[in-house]
Amino acid sequence: MWDRFTGKKRVTSREVAKQRLQLVLIHDRSDISPVMLEALKADLIAVISEHLEIDQEGIEITLSESRGRSRLLATIPILGRRTRR
Amino acid sequence: MPGRVITITSGKGGVGKTTTTANLAVCLALLGQRVVAIDADIGLRNLDVVLGLENRVVYDLVDVVEGRCRLRQALIRDKRLSEMYLLPAAQTRDKTAVNPGQMVEICNQLRPDFDYILIDSPAGIEQGFQNAVAGADEVIIVTTPEVSAVRDADRIIGLVEAGEKGPARLIINRIKPDMVRRGDMLDVSDVLEILRIDLLGIIPEDEHIIVSTNKGTPVAHDIGVPAAQAFRNIARRLRGEEVPFMSLGGSDNLFGRLRRLIAPRSDTH
Repeated sequence: MWDRFTGKKRVTSREVAKQRLQLVLIHDRSDISPVMLEALKADLIAVISEHLEIDQEGIEITLSESRGRSRLLATIPILGRRTRR
Repeated sequence: MPGRVITITSGKGGVGKTTTTANLAVCLALLGQRVVAIDADIGLRNLDVVLGLENRVVYDLVDVVEGRCRLRQALIRDKRLSEMYLLPAAQTRDKTAVNPGQMVEICNQLRPDFDYILIDSPAGIEQGFQNAVAGADEVIIVTTPEVSAVRDADRIIGLVEAGEKGPARLIINRIKPDMVRRGDMLDVSDVLEILRIDLLGIIPEDEHIIVSTNKGTPVAHDIGVPAAQAFRNIARRLRGEEVPFMSLGGSDNLFGRLRRLIAPRSDTH
């Protein structure tokens, strides 16, 4: 009840189902396999690490969909600039 | 006019394909149409029991394909209706006993004598499904408002599009209005938004369906039962009529929205 005054919404199982379905279908509909995503991630790490120090554990590579197109989203936390000799 | 071949499929099993096929066949026959329902689920025959015709099966689909009988001999007439026939599946064989070309041939032989040829597809995406859609002019996809069923429906939609069957239409089965109102079930608009496909019908969860299946008398015969009304509406839409969709607690329902605003949310967990 308090949530209704504070404007915080209870997340219903319906909303959870919808979000999970939308996400799983983006993967089902694309030809991008999890193996390919992993390979892509490894290559990205290699390339970016040449220039920046990154948090390899914190990297997130996800597929999303907007305006009818699949999109690849990469979130790569930067720790600092790589000092070059 | 030659008959329309309509295949009822789903991907996932247990969502109500056979019940839907049986009831649409009955409803179309009640509308005065000449109907034949084909059970394409070879090895797991069920349409005969749902229609209550299991004691009259002599020949089956595989007998026709392998030339042991003529097509007409294998058709079982439902005596409760004027022009409704069943072509049963074989129970002792498997999906490989028939190929897509033979299914197309059977459909072509039936077209001149019937208005509607409804094909009950097996679950899955393998040969049984390929057989069931081979002769189809149109495809109806049945799903329930659950993540697994909707996911499989999406896969089937892709396969039907690839097979150039024209746009498939969707039936959402087993909607529980109370759960939709509580926010604990995907509603019709959610499923349509996800699958991006035309809606052909919505069917409420209805205990009468189990009772009618127990008896072998499809629920469509019972006037006044909600599920029967839903099937009748779908049959009329197949005939090209504009029939409004039932209100089953979705967000498109103004009354439901008002009630949710006013009434305190019941805590169910």
